[in-house]
Amino acid sequence: MHAIEKILARAAGKATVATGEIINCKVDLAGINDLYLQTIRSFREMGGKKVNDPRKLVVFLDHYAPASTITQADNQKQFREFCWDQGIDLLMDVDTGVCHQVLADNGLVYPGMVLVVTDSHTTTHGAFGAFGTGVGATDLAIIMMTGQLWFRVPEVIRINLEGRLPKGVFAKDVILKVIGSLGADYGVYRAVEFTGPVLKEFGISERMALCNMTTEMGAKTAYIQPDEITMAFLKGKTKQDYEIFATDPGYEYAAEHSLDVSDLMPQVAAPHSVDNVFDITAYAGRPVDQAFLGTCTGGRVEDLAVAAGILKGRRVNPRTRFLVVPASKGVFLEAMDKGYIQALLEAGATFVTPGCAACLGTHQGMLASGETCITASSRNFPGRMGHTKAEIFVGSPAAVAAAALEGKIVNPADYLE
Amino acid sequence: MKSIISGKCFVYGANIDTDQIYPGRFLDLTDPDKVAEHAMEGADPSFVKEVGPGDIIVAAANFGCGSSREHAAVTLKTVGVGAILADSFGRIFYRNAINLGVPLLVCPGIAGVVKRGDRLTVDLTTGKVTNETTGAAAQAQALSGYVMEILAGGGIKPMIKEKYGQ
Repeated sequence: MHAIEKILARAAGKATVATGEIINCKVDLAGINDLYLQTIRSFREMGGKKVNDPRKLVVFLDHYAPASTITQADNQKQFREFCWDQGIDLLMDVDTGVCHQVLADNGLVYPGMVLVVTDSHTTTHGAFGAFGTGVGATDLAIIMMTGQLWFRVPEVIRINLEGRLPKGVFAKDVILKVIGSLGADYGVYRAVEFTGPVLKEFGISERMALCNMTTEMGAKTAYIQPDEITMAFLKGKTKQDYEIFATDPGYEYAAEHSLDVSDLMPQVAAPHSVDNVFDITAYAGRPVDQAFLGTCTGGRVEDLAVAAGILKGRRVNPRTRFLVVPASKGVFLEAMDKGYIQALLEAGATFVTPGCAACLGTHQGMLASGETCITASSRNFPGRMGHTKAEIFVGSPAAVAAAALEGKIVNPADYLE
Repeated sequence: MKSIISGKCFVYGANIDTDQIYPGRFLDLTDPDKVAEHAMEGADPSFVKEVGPGDIIVAAANFGCGSSREHAAVTLKTVGVGAILADSFGRIFYRNAINLGVPLLVCPGIAGVVKRGDRLTVDLTTGKVTNETTGAAAQAQALSGYVMEILAGGGIKPMIKEKYGQ
């Protein structure tokens, strides 16, 4: 069996599971985001009064942090009251940040767990060897009632990353290249595992970016076998006893791909699809109205560090707005401690409260018709960050910072030491 | 559950994401009738004016990719969409729609053999798809037993309520 299958088998109370089998799994932790009051509505519609186990639920007020409309404020009010009524202690209010980063910061994610959140980017937690997957509101309400959810055991695709990363090339460029090569629906219903020597060059931050973006190829979950890098991150963070599962020798993957990153250029996904991927030089010189650094994909300390490195002592182009959103309070504090916030603020960045911010096209940095944005987030769908006639390019945090400096898309490798 | 669905169809290309089905700026709405006012707004602003009960959405690959928002399934259910046929579906959207009792059928190549406004009939039990306007036929993949069970019960909520309701 694959390690993912072993995780699911344990959660289902079975010795073995087979690809394609429908199983009912106990969920170790389920997360609800403030966009989805429907979760509570579905819970009540199904006759729910008390949640199955309040210790296994976490509520994140992250997408509307803080509320911009009375409706959003009312939804968040209902969430807070629900947590207080149900004894849910893990209420992550508007001061904490994006769910996936908050889970990592607080030691709530660990290898071998089944983690389900009402957010598509829950694949992020493959970086810790967890089974993380996104669901909708009603599925989450079923977990609230029963502590369990059904899953189809997925096929697993292996993507082996070889070679040495060139200057200016990051995990974001690697995963954009993968998505561009394989397509936005290649991973639908399937799991994606990353292997290979390049993983040793990636810290947890880059591994999270890699796994996070597998959602953009349709994946159900992502996986990186936990190693010394994972252990070092988790030490002192998680209080859980956890079990690390390993894939049996001879496990047959549904497909295997290999990518040598040695000659990879910085990448960009051009409008309006995340698999519309090019070397960034194909769009060099394209004027940028807004550069957006943040989110569960690209708002970690390492991302702010690379941006600060590019912008320290320089000025953001006067024709470009540079929005910076640390992914979480923890990220904000650490980046402040290291001087990155000061450097970016002095360079002309506009800071937004930790949360999802402009990524979901509802507040804090909307785009007008005809505007162009380069973003370190995950999506460039039509209308994703505002008007459907806005154009969004998805790139690495370095590409975003370099574009903010120059006011146009450039090759970030030219701006790095 | 009606096992034969018949309606006029709306045809779309590949990668119609949930932002196009239901734009992010309306995510704070929770009343299904309000949510229904924005169905397909990002992809096709005329859809909501033209759609009627039982109508069928036909698309190429990866319909419903992207965000987990159940609003995307709620909006299409509430305007009365009878079934959705596509080469493939975003996996969270697939679960959301089935949970709400909206039949989703994987039917490779379907978007190539129907035009907007054609009348389609879909037999959920056999997967047989007939274009009543042109006479063309197609075969969708059979729905799994568990999915049929959910659809037969009018969605997953009545099933869970009966078993676990407090």
